[in-house]
Amino acid sequence: MTALTLSRALNEGLRKAMENDPKVLIMGEDVGKLGGVFRVTDGLQKDFGEDRVIDTPLAESGIIGTAIGLALRGYRPVCEIQFDGFVFPAFDQIVSQLAKMAYRSLGNVRLPITVRIPFGGGIGAVEHHSESPEVLFVHTPGLRIVSCGDPADGYALIQQSISSDDPVIFFEPKRRYWDKSEVDLAGAVAAAPALDSARTLAPGEDLTLLCYGPMVRTCVEASAAAREEGKSIEVIDLRSLSPLDVSTIVSSVRKTGRCVVVHEAPVTAGIGAEIAARVSEECFYSLEAPVLRVGGYSTPYPPSRMEEHYLPDLDRVLDTVDRSLAY
Amino acid sequence: MAVKAAGRAASRTRNHDGPVSGPDNKPELIQLLTPEGERAEHPDYPLELSADEVKALYRDLVLVRRIDFEAIALQRQGELGIWASLLGQEAAQVGSGRALGPRDMAFPTYREHGVAWCRGLDPAKLLELYRGVSHGGWDPKTHNFHLYTIVIGAQTLHATGYAMGIQRDGALGEDGEAVIAYFGDGATSQGDVNEAFIWASVNTAPVVFFCQNNQWAISEPLDRQTKIPLYMRAQGFGFPGLRVDGNDVFACLAVTRKALQAAREGQGPTLIEAYTYRMGAHTTTDDPTRYRLSAELESWKLKDPIERVKQYLIRSGLAQEDFFTSVSDEADEVGARLRKACLEMPDPEPLSMFDNIYVDRNALVAHEREQLESYLSSFAEEDAR
Repeated sequence: MTALTLSRALNEGLRKAMENDPKVLIMGEDVGKLGGVFRVTDGLQKDFGEDRVIDTPLAESGIIGTAIGLALRGYRPVCEIQFDGFVFPAFDQIVSQLAKMAYRSLGNVRLPITVRIPFGGGIGAVEHHSESPEVLFVHTPGLRIVSCGDPADGYALIQQSISSDDPVIFFEPKRRYWDKSEVDLAGAVAAAPALDSARTLAPGEDLTLLCYGPMVRTCVEASAAAREEGKSIEVIDLRSLSPLDVSTIVSSVRKTGRCVVVHEAPVTAGIGAEIAARVSEECFYSLEAPVLRVGGYSTPYPPSRMEEHYLPDLDRVLDTVDRSLAY
Repeated sequence: MAVKAAGRAASRTRNHDGPVSGPDNKPELIQLLTPEGERAEHPDYPLELSADEVKALYRDLVLVRRIDFEAIALQRQGELGIWASLLGQEAAQVGSGRALGPRDMAFPTYREHGVAWCRGLDPAKLLELYRGVSHGGWDPKTHNFHLYTIVIGAQTLHATGYAMGIQRDGALGEDGEAVIAYFGDGATSQGDVNEAFIWASVNTAPVVFFCQNNQWAISEPLDRQTKIPLYMRAQGFGFPGLRVDGNDVFACLAVTRKALQAAREGQGPTLIEAYTYRMGAHTTTDDPTRYRLSAELESWKLKDPIERVKQYLIRSGLAQEDFFTSVSDEADEVGARLRKACLEMPDPEPLSMFDNIYVDRNALVAHEREQLESYLSSFAEEDAR
């Protein structure tokens, strides 16, 4: 076991993937000498060379578009989009090309590309640096969407994503990059749940709390706080947002009868809405309360001096848990 | 039409590296076969073709036009949803398509039926897309011909990335590999095309950008896309650009061959602007009489890409009437085969819509597939009652 920050754990995961497969490339803006603005690719260009760790022109559509061409040639590119709000110039290449090429080719073409996107708020950033656009991609068939909640899972999940023959959009909770936890560098991948599987972080009987990415830590803390008040909250880190691990969600909610979904993204038409629909369909006779959501408001991401009011935090999660339990 | 008056080639030697213009300051048009069927020489593009090679090019041109005519007819008869005609662009496509080596890779738009022919793809595969049976579905590796791309310009980035792969594979050199990216005049306004130019340039990627300037982007004429001749844009990106008579199959063959070889040998990209004309509508759903004059069409008819090769073959005594008859007969056979293949094409099974979305199993897809399957079988049970 080694104590690593999330940023470092992802770095180690990328390194491992590059060592294991010479076709794995890293490409993005400032990923080389600088090591990425969050240092996730630190040192990789030095060790693997400029042909495998590519500092690209400042053009996101170009990053994804040329990655597709490299994948057609047999490479396995890992692209970095520097910030969530900068993915939109690449949206067409992701949605219309990356997601659909396998289908268009009747399975003759595979595009094993991983697109890493630091996402979410909480770092006091300017506009376009704190967004949570994951559901835009979840709505696009052909992509797998995942997000890691802590260093150990980040280390495993990034390697699982790169190994997948499907395109994967990998959302990294940027405000958790500096969080530390113990990572088993030798055994983490084998021990991790499958790429499309959720994991239960804290078992509980009274309520199911669903989360991913930056909200994982918040929800684990909420669960601990609730436990002190005698409430037993089951925390599930979804990990995979597309496809959702519906069976894990459903079996938990059938047991607890209550479900709260937490994410930073606006609740309107968000993952929580999708989960509420699935749960109401599959758990109708088990539910003691309606599925409740805690998330961002239907506003653009606000200026950072207001973000503490926008972002779900421990108190808002506990408040919603109490509302659910009061039914 | 800013550059419409380009007209006949100004015969001046050009440096491969820079923008060029003739003595009258009009863009030079590289031409090796005049519209009247007379052979022209160009110092940078010597081209020697045997009688058989010229005849083969003529055959390609005629067959490709016939395939296109048959597809239009099939659309008119309700057998295809839509068709994008290549009429008028045969020489640009056959010339560039025949310049490719077997290991070179081509990235087409949705109108490259002539290139598809040169690469050996069964034309019926193209009809699958336009009939709505598949979105393409061929394996790009079989003929080194990528899938048709409908989003304008997106494929130029794929081509550039593929070319970067060739570099990483160490597959450059005299016998190396190169890539050709097809796109049109409208596409040059797209961000992706401009990004592809930048990426190819800074990486010295082995890719040839082949722009068929057919003067029209649906209803928008060239002056809605550019203030300068398109090939001149290359200079700003740091690689050579040239304009070729896109209705001259010899010239298209020669310039593409040279640009591909330069790419293979590590000299990086070239922009070829094949100056041509979209003789037909944008697609079968378009009505060009709403936006362009028939006089323009008539003037381009005089520059027909096939007629000039025929005239050349006759004048130089390389072919007699029996050759032209045999090509015409073969074209009819190709057309009939295509028609038959189209009419016999089965509709896909509904459940196959769930296939090939992902490589690995996806629980959501599997679930919805089961839902549709059971819904469909409920009708069968009803019928049985």
